[in-house]
Amino acid sequence: MLPIDQRPTVLKMSNVNKTFNGNVVALNGMSMTVGQGDFISLLGPSGCGKSTALRLISDLMVPTSGKIDWEGGHQVGDLGVVFQEPTLMPWATVAQNVWLPYRLRGKSYSSVKDEVLEALKLVGLESFQNSYPRELSGGMKMRVSIARAMVTRPRLILMDEPFAALDEITRFKLNNDLLELKAKINCTVIFVTHSVFESVFLSDRIIVMAARPGRVIQELHVDEGYPRSEAFRTSAGYAAYCRQATDALHLAMGEAA
Amino acid sequence: MSIAENTPDTTVDSDEVRRVRAKRMEKLGRWSLPLVVMLAALLLWDRIVVWNEIPHYILPGPGRVWDSLVADWGILWEAGLLTGKITLMALGLAVVGGAGLAILFNQSRMVEMSFYPYAVILQVTPVVSIAPLIFIYVDSKTAGMLLCAWIVAFFPVLSSTTLGLNSVDHNLRDLYRIYGASRWQKLWMLQLPSALPYFLGGLKIAGGLSLIGAVVAELVAGTGGVGAGLAARIQEAGYRLNIARMFAALALVAAMGVFIFAALSLISHMLLRKWHESALSRET
Repeated sequence: MLPIDQRPTVLKMSNVNKTFNGNVVALNGMSMTVGQGDFISLLGPSGCGKSTALRLISDLMVPTSGKIDWEGGHQVGDLGVVFQEPTLMPWATVAQNVWLPYRLRGKSYSSVKDEVLEALKLVGLESFQNSYPRELSGGMKMRVSIARAMVTRPRLILMDEPFAALDEITRFKLNNDLLELKAKINCTVIFVTHSVFESVFLSDRIIVMAARPGRVIQELHVDEGYPRSEAFRTSAGYAAYCRQATDALHLAMGEAA
Repeated sequence: MSIAENTPDTTVDSDEVRRVRAKRMEKLGRWSLPLVVMLAALLLWDRIVVWNEIPHYILPGPGRVWDSLVADWGILWEAGLLTGKITLMALGLAVVGGAGLAILFNQSRMVEMSFYPYAVILQVTPVVSIAPLIFIYVDSKTAGMLLCAWIVAFFPVLSSTTLGLNSVDHNLRDLYRIYGASRWQKLWMLQLPSALPYFLGGLKIAGGLSLIGAVVAELVAGTGGVGAGLAARIQEAGYRLNIARMFAALALVAAMGVFIFAALSLISHMLLRKWHESALSRET
């Protein structure tokens, strides 16, 4: 994998601002370059504009000022999204849920069946293709959501606190699975989280943000290659990175480290 | 420290026994209790009539009502078919009109703002007060009765479906937008399935209301003689002091209402049983 500063650019945010109702500044002058294969965590307290940044990137909002440029332009299918909730259609089977991004592009199930099953295989749910979401556990539902986000092999996957609502054990398991997935398909991810430990374990870039107004405070690099194993969690290096991220977070929250 | 070998204890405890027994009793009671209540009520009714020597033109006993049901079956069945036909046609129109308007309102906020208040006004105005006017301006009695029944029945479908179409998970809505879904795709693949449980809830209410609407329309229209419905037969039997036939016709109306509700509940269950919370059985 190329060093962070040598990776081809996927997307560039330049001095992006977002103000609501003319007076609530949600995001103030955010600049960020996303490189191919980056795993970026946006880390910060509530109200620091993490989710706003994702909504701006996904065109669900337009910036008040500033620019968001995709390298070479972008089209539908360049983006995969995972929300905090699994956000599955309860009336559709697992396979039908994963088929959705293709279906909305007019592709029949039979024409993309292999891709759908491949995505399900990557998240370990191939044998649940005909199940309905209600038959799955919280962790399994989230895997389906991840499979749906990556089935089209998008240029960028946005994940908005996807594991926040899960229990600690499931969360650890899904962290490992996500890293395994990254190692297999080398996807580019922007991951929003409140958790220092999760951000250090998963990412190679951590962008620490502060609230009121939402802004970038610091960027940290986690120079630990992929794949990362469970052993990384207990290493001295991991603890040092966590300490660094915690200090930055304290700074973001206006507290002394 | 060693961990002792432990085999699972499969003994059924008293709490479990109680739970299983309660479940079995509930299953049995769901059918048997209403039957017992009905039989007791019939017996009480019969005894009141016999002990007080009430004349049959005031209050016939259940046996006499049964005899009337059997003897007048030909007339009552024909009347029931007519009322049933009006009811089902009104329900069909309520589904088409109610769901169609809901979709229209959902697709255009302007249309919703323009017409929704009038839909509410139509609903809150008692149909009994509108019906005489309808029968002045509509020549065909069948069309008039349909219109009356439709006015009563369409609103629950409209309001429930509108609520359902507007209750789509906002994250799913965002997801469809991110994936570039067209308006039609959003409606067909996201909003309509989301609204289905709401629509079916409204449909169950509309089923009963369309029968009420049909009965009210028949009473107001005063259709008598050949081609009369059950309500008209009740009215007609009342004029003749044939109270037993009144009760028999009433029992048929009630049976029709129960049948419509049961059929719509079955349809609802079939459509939702695989995925919706309301149709799922719980272990505990």
